[in-house]
Amino acid sequence: MKRALFLVALAACGGEAADRSTAAVAAADASYPAVREYDRGHFRIGATPTKAQLVAWNTDIGPEGAELPEGRGSAREGAQVFAQQCAACHGAEGQGLEPLYPLLISRDPRGEGFDFASDPKIPRSIGNYWPHATTLYDYIRRAMPLYTPGSLSADETYAVVAYLLAANKVIPDTATLDATALRAVQMPARDKFVPDDRSPTRP
Amino acid sequence: MTRKLSRRDMLAGTAVALGATALGAKVADADAADAVAAAQDAAVTVPADPTKLQGLPTSPLGARSPFVKPVRGPQTGLTVGSSLTPLQDLTGPITPADLHFERHHAGIPVIDPAKHRLMIHGLVDRDVILTLDELKRFPQVTRTYFIECSGNGRNAFRDPKPDMTAQKVAGMVSTSEWTGVPLSTLFREVGVKPEATWFLAEGGDACMMTRSVPIAKAWDDALIAWAQNGEPLRPAQGYPLRLVLPGWEGNINVKWLRRLELGTRPWRTRWETSKYTDPLPGGKAREFTFENDVKSVITTPSHPGRLSGRGWHPVQGLAWSGRGRVTRVEVSADGGKSWQDAEFMGIALPKAAVRFQWMFEWKGGEHLLLSRATDEAGYVQPTRAALLEARGAGTDYHFNQIVGWNVARDGGVTFHGAT
Ligand code: HEC
Repeated sequence: MKRALFLVALAACGGEAADRSTAAVAAADASYPAVREYDRGHFRIGATPTKAQLVAWNTDIGPEGAELPEGRGSAREGAQVFAQQCAACHGAEGQGLEPLYPLLISRDPRGEGFDFASDPKIPRSIGNYWPHATTLYDYIRRAMPLYTPGSLSADETYAVVAYLLAANKVIPDTATLDATALRAVQMPARDKFVPDDRSPTRP
Repeated sequence: MTRKLSRRDMLAGTAVALGATALGAKVADADAADAVAAAQDAAVTVPADPTKLQGLPTSPLGARSPFVKPVRGPQTGLTVGSSLTPLQDLTGPITPADLHFERHHAGIPVIDPAKHRLMIHGLVDRDVILTLDELKRFPQVTRTYFIECSGNGRNAFRDPKPDMTAQKVAGMVSTSEWTGVPLSTLFREVGVKPEATWFLAEGGDACMMTRSVPIAKAWDDALIAWAQNGEPLRPAQGYPLRLVLPGWEGNINVKWLRRLELGTRPWRTRWETSKYTDPLPGGKAREFTFENDVKSVITTPSHPGRLSGRGWHPVQGLAWSGRGRVTRVEVSADGGKSWQDAEFMGIALPKAAVRFQWMFEWKGGEHLLLSRATDEAGYVQPTRAALLEARGAGTDYHFNQIVGWNVARDGGVTFHGAT
């Protein structure tokens, strides 16, 4: 039954088959009435965001780091930012206070083979688990420090990112980061993530 | 005999409702201690014969009976934390909105709906920014879906203990009737560029929660929901807007939704790399494990409840699957040696919880009650041993192992997690 509907949907949707066939199958689900499909621009509701709105909200930084802002900071400067703004929660050595405050710094030898499946106690840190350095910039800028998110300047953010990467032995202690340098950082865990391969026989 | 309810009795009944009237929405999600304080002067007298005494007058908000006291828990006072649904106190598929589990990464923001905006931009023909009123001018649908935190069941998996309750074992799942605009309607309206394959959803809380979603989910069944169980979303569930991605891990159902950006690849945010990934034996980790697999839990009987005496008792519980409908739930009273089909107490809807029931004649012996669900995609709930084998002890999310309850000769019920 489902298969037949799927084929009908494929035939009916032509070019956009890949996307719209799924919608048609869901709509054909007997539990609910089909969702009516309207044409593009049918309702013309809503305004066009201003440039200023887009700039203010569109702050995400993808894995390539293309959106990274201007600014720079050294690991040494970052050590100060960390001591003043982060250590109270994450610990002077970035050891964290689990489960409340995550550990940020560790290259525990047990984590080096990425053998995290064997034991939940092997600490997952920036140095051994995070696949992209750019994520660190993105996350700290949006969410940290916990009670004053968004309060760090771009320079301070680069600095504290540099400090955390250096303390996790990803870059040298003497490093300074700006957009170009951060984009070039290769994380130890960059190749460790695989697509979801669950199946009825593989939970 | 007339009995005055103690302040403790009032905890989650009249107390919460009266408090909520007086103090506004703040109390609805406040912790139990606050509710008690708010209700200090409110006392209800229970008459010896209610047929001989006028009852209470009407009231602006319906309160639970003072004898009914479900509460979320644990109440930790943390803003980065969770509070679980008391599954053992509920019935039917729907979770009352004030008991929907909570999991926040930066607390619950207070958002003025008049100021809230939803921006859709990136690889679209027309960037758009919508007020709440504008969003509600689009055609809408109402659907029943569960939301389950990806961490649901972690304690019961890692360290099963006899005194665990259903709430502790599986209380990070709740089901609601959501109303909102299908994301497909909005995406058709703005015109999605052919090269767009993923979108980023961003929340308006203090961590600006961000998750990447494959665009096929938008064409399938994603909703921009503004209402839950017949009224606007509760603040803890994303008021005024949340993304609902039916069947997918809780975290990706971004609350306080304010922005959707269409692009060509996932953003690999902290919540899809550092967290919510699943280490596997062999030195790898799965990423983007979206669907919550088929799962069930018996909620009656469950610890600290007990069987009241010999004879017939309903064994009831919840079953759900992120891959569609639950098609079958089996119950075992002998620890998995033999299984019997349970019946559904209502209609099994896709990606929604259904209550199941199996009548058990207890003759006073020891039993291990287990439940095992199967879904229409052909998945069967695995044992804990099977999960351990496939993923290792370090696995940190997406726990759907079979669990159950030991029944002792005195009728006492304790948790059994080592399946
Ligand atoms: C008031 C306490 C507090 C302060 C101060 C604080 N953090 Fe955090 N941080 C947290 C908490 C709590 C979390 C966990 C958030 C969550 O789970 O969503 C966290 C998470 C993080 C993470 C993610 C860890 C992971 O493994 O995913 C990073 C990185 C981080 N903080 C960096 C910083 C930096 C850098 C600073 C200083 C600029 C800082 N934090 C200051 C409390 C704090």
